Amino acid sequence: MADARNTYRDGPDEAGHFGLFGGRYVAETLMPLILEVERAYEAACGDPSYAKELASFNAAYAGRPSPLYFAEPLTEHFGGAKIYFKRDELNHTGSHKINNCLGQILLAKRMGKTRIIAETGAGQHGVATATVCARFGLDCVVYMGAKDIERQKPNVFRMKLLGADVRAVDKGSATLKEAMNEALRDWVANVDDTYYLIGTAAGPHPYPTMVRDFQSVIGEELRGQMDTAEGRLPDTLVACIGGGSNAIGLFHPFLDDADVRLIGVEAAGKGIESGEHAASISGGDPGVLHGNRTFLLQENGGQIKDAHSISAGLDYPGIGPEHSWLHMQGRVDYVSATDQEALDAFQLCSRLEGIIPALEPSHALSYVGKIAPELPADHLIVMNLCGRGDKDVFTVADALGIEMGGEL
Amino acid sequence: MSASVTESRLTRLFEKLKEQDRAALVTFITANDPNPELFRQLLEGMPTAGADIIELGMPFSDPMADGPSIQLSSQRALKAGVTIDDVLGAVKRMRELEMDTPIILMGYYNPIYRYGPAEFAQAAANAGVDGVIIVDLPPEEAEELNQNLREHNLHMIFLAAPTTDITRLPRVLDHASGFVYYVAVKGVTGTKSADMTEVGARIAEMREQTDLPLGVGFGIRTAAQAAEVARFADAVVVGSAIVDIIADGIDDDYRPEAGLSARVLGFVKDLSDGVRTARSVDGAEA
Ligand SMILES: Cc1ncc(COP(=O)(O)O)c(C=O)c1O
Repeated sequence: MADARNTYRDGPDEAGHFGLFGGRYVAETLMPLILEVERAYEAACGDPSYAKELASFNAAYAGRPSPLYFAEPLTEHFGGAKIYFKRDELNHTGSHKINNCLGQILLAKRMGKTRIIAETGAGQHGVATATVCARFGLDCVVYMGAKDIERQKPNVFRMKLLGADVRAVDKGSATLKEAMNEALRDWVANVDDTYYLIGTAAGPHPYPTMVRDFQSVIGEELRGQMDTAEGRLPDTLVACIGGGSNAIGLFHPFLDDADVRLIGVEAAGKGIESGEHAASISGGDPGVLHGNRTFLLQENGGQIKDAHSISAGLDYPGIGPEHSWLHMQGRVDYVSATDQEALDAFQLCSRLEGIIPALEPSHALSYVGKIAPELPADHLIVMNLCGRGDKDVFTVADALGIEMGGEL
Repeated sequence: MSASVTESRLTRLFEKLKEQDRAALVTFITANDPNPELFRQLLEGMPTAGADIIELGMPFSDPMADGPSIQLSSQRALKAGVTIDDVLGAVKRMRELEMDTPIILMGYYNPIYRYGPAEFAQAAANAGVDGVIIVDLPPEEAEELNQNLREHNLHMIFLAAPTTDITRLPRVLDHASGFVYYVAVKGVTGTKSADMTEVGARIAEMREQTDLPLGVGFGIRTAAQAAEVARFADAVVVGSAIVDIIADGIDDDYRPEAGLSARVLGFVKDLSDGVRTARSVDGAEA
């Protein structure tokens, strides 16, 4: 499928398409709004004061740049490639989600919107959204699947402390997909004052592009940091994929560096063969959902299937459209890791590095553990450690059969 | 753009009703809700009860533009495994009894995309469908399906919304065929009531820009509201209010109570009486 291109970085086209993927598949009521978001974003990009304000909040509020860390114990443990972590879990609120939220909240302010809505899976995007809403004094409603509320309780309470109205969605699988449906319904009903702050590089154009741009700070920083550390580009970049925002943010600045191998790790749940997974590219087909065309988990008749992952942040039956395109182009390799593999990596990282990672990047780490031993010592791998694991301790305890109220 | 559909069951109906100086009643039900048997009774009974156009919901797992009523009706139908072929099969059987009443399908794009836009257009035409409304296909993304529909003389009906401002409206009207469906509320189906003065003003504004019939739907729940809209619109769409009667009349296993189909069709009759008398002198009493 790969064609000879000068660049992989010039997408999307004017209508928001990355080849076959992307676009704006929304109800007419929303169409004028997303066109307005697009115009406002273009105007903001042309205004140097916007970039300056965002950079200032990234630095002083989110704590950027996030460090590049040489993970020496894991490197020794795997006995092959040199492993680095991009430490986005050290950001304010504990994940990469804040990068996107700061960019979008500044946009919403410029647009004069007073009410912010968001969907969340793991609650990391919900927390980041509630955080920026508190900081900028905007009303905040977060839709979250009832199942996710149950397994990410610490984040639910954080959102409430920050002043957000967390609304449980108990339809269907009661996870991220339903939360997004409900957020879209809210937006249709509150078009005048409301801005929808989408949390991943998916949804209708311009969201996939906008979110990518805000998250690209990850890859841009990495270029300079790796140059300082090793005097050259990395060899392999690895990131986990829910909707794909941390991954595209890491990858995008390197898309045209042909020698840099890019690997996206989807959640294989109980195994791709089991049918209970969240790996849209490895186990799905192209379709249309939530405003864009992309790879989706679906039945033959085009009904969307429920995803399954131990990680609420990856438990989504789709993936951002640019990833679908990069997959078809053969530029990024999409692989997967199971619940069990992620759990093992979670514990390994905690014990060897003294870093409790979120379950999402634990999927990426598990794949790093598969390839590192086979690679030479001068091969540089960077994994995006895009979230910290505090939110996951209940889920992990449960999976390990440990009663949190009892003897730990 | 290639030639649009010029003559069809739908255009003939609107011409006839124009002569009669009345609006069309469009009734929405979800295919196979609550089960294939009751659905069939409702479908077959609709024309006699007074539906001028029948709109059938093609269930989708993620109906993002629908409120709770139609979400639940889709779930009921999906639980029994309804497919596009089932919907088209029901239309085909209906066409053995009834050739005049236009039938339009309403749904979301993914099931059709999976079916194949060309294959879908062909199968829908064969079954006797007259047009389709795809909620998540704005004009910007519609051409892939619409060119196939046109080849089979099927209308693609587009929505215009309260947010569709005067600069965007021509874009919708350019693609529209059959009639233009004005979404009367800012919101999903079945949750708000339409503000008639506002809707009337928007319809008047749109009349200046198109000769196509103008339908109004979303937020019309009673015969009185239907009559009010029928005074200025060419078609009145009622959906959630009908679907709610079905939901109220079934048990946990979706078994209908006795007389449910008569009750639904009785409501359609009331709506129809309202629409038919709306423009006569004492129409307000309807
Ligand atoms: C820590 C973390 N990583 C990854 C994700 C997945 O999102 P994305 O693929 O957009 O980075 C989430 C989502 O909640 C998350 O919280």
